[in-house]
Amino acid sequence: MLDQIEAAAPLYVADAAAPRRREKALADLATGFRRWRLPAALARLDIRNRYRGSVLGPFWLTLSTAVMVVGLGILYSSLFKLPLADYLPFLAVSLIVWNMISQIVADACTSLTSSEGIIRQLALPYSVHILRCVMRNALIAAHSLPLILLVFLACGVLPGWEALLALPGLALVAVNAFAIALFLGMVCARFRDIAPIVGSAMQLAFFLSPVLWKPELLAERQVWLPFNPFYVVMETVRGPLVEGGAAPLIWLSAGLYTLLACVVAFAFFVRFRGRIAFWV
Amino acid sequence: MPYIAARDLTIEFPLYHLGARSLKKRLLAHSPLRLRQDEANRVVVSALRGLDFRIGAGERVALIGRNGAGKTTLLRTLAGVYEPVGGRLEVQGQIGALIDPAAGMDQESTGRENITLRGLFRGMDEAESAALAEEIGAFAGLGEFLDVPVRSYSAGMQVRLSFAIATVMSPEVLLMDEWFLAGDAEFREKAREKLTGLVEDADILVLATHDMGVVREWCTRAILLDAGRILADGPVAEVLAAA
Repeated sequence: MLDQIEAAAPLYVADAAAPRRREKALADLATGFRRWRLPAALARLDIRNRYRGSVLGPFWLTLSTAVMVVGLGILYSSLFKLPLADYLPFLAVSLIVWNMISQIVADACTSLTSSEGIIRQLALPYSVHILRCVMRNALIAAHSLPLILLVFLACGVLPGWEALLALPGLALVAVNAFAIALFLGMVCARFRDIAPIVGSAMQLAFFLSPVLWKPELLAERQVWLPFNPFYVVMETVRGPLVEGGAAPLIWLSAGLYTLLACVVAFAFFVRFRGRIAFWV
Repeated sequence: MPYIAARDLTIEFPLYHLGARSLKKRLLAHSPLRLRQDEANRVVVSALRGLDFRIGAGERVALIGRNGAGKTTLLRTLAGVYEPVGGRLEVQGQIGALIDPAAGMDQESTGRENITLRGLFRGMDEAESAALAEEIGAFAGLGEFLDVPVRSYSAGMQVRLSFAIATVMSPEVLLMDEWFLAGDAEFREKAREKLTGLVEDADILVLATHDMGVVREWCTRAILLDAGRILADGPVAEVLAAA
């Protein structure tokens, strides 16, 4: 009987002296994920509104990626003196996966500030806004990932069953996306200079990571590559698709970086969740 | 039983992105009332300062006071948007907040889509909230405009739609900003009727308003806020007589 009353009449307690931060952060995440329909609907709206009135809509992304893959493929295959049919599948997977990662990172910076209007008016779990950002990027990625298959067919190379290992790789990217959107969303809401810094860092990371060039070119310095978080996360998707699988060391390193991202993001969320409404 | 209890409730807004130190000094020198420097050397606006009150079931409370007295901030804090910087707040009961009518409205979506979206914001599923569309559309008098994007509505129609969407609920604790009393003349009657129903069904009403007629008609208790503090708290007649 008492339980029924409790369920019907929720109690909201906020006490500055006993903030119970971890409990509230966990409840926030649990409620956000349970109500996944809301961020899913908002993410769909974001995509629809962004391409409102455009004929191709989000397929403009597919088209521009396709043009870039073909253009860079012809240029770099002659620069690196590799046969186009060998290099193009590698480049297609690299560029598409890299674009996905860099778009996620750029969007993560505004995951909370872009929902400012809602945050200040409605008491919603913050994880809803983070999920919205992740789902929005998943929808965008879904428009260019199929290009990979097209390039494979055109070049006449089809990977074997080990290509299915790219799926756990994509799942790993999704987990990272959530952690990064949570962490960068909060940091960028508080310090507005972080977003441009992240932008330049990503540009540098593009050239430092083996996206356009193959890792073999590094020769003996390849041993340092597992320390590059962008490379290892990208490789969990690219490896199974073009190299017949990723090395166990890559998976281990990617797993550790993911764990680190989650722990740091959660720690920040626990500590500063209550301040987000004042920051945005 | 629903209740609201606040003890030493304090809300401060830090002024981030303030920049120059001299500006900071000047601000602090000229406004000893609301601005102060906190432990971390930030300039903060004291929006609510040590509020103590308890609102029990059946009470109809009006928050009155000049612009910037902290009425809307208090409503948002009660709704759970802002976490108190100091003190303690307890709200028992299902909360329904009518603070910003346009919150969560998507201009590019049709009226019907907005109704569904708003339902999702409240934690209903698509089917449940889609079922409300006809009722809401009829109440707002939208007719054929229900399936037209909201951006092409007249201002009055937008107001009516958001009012109709927002008031489909029966909360135990109703938090309302005075915006909800605005609207065109014909709709005002209908809106007033609807609100009266909501107010009567709710166990607790907290209403922020400048309209003393509304205060006398609906409320049993008034809290007069000034610069984030409670100046007077008591039966409507007493507080209004003193103010």
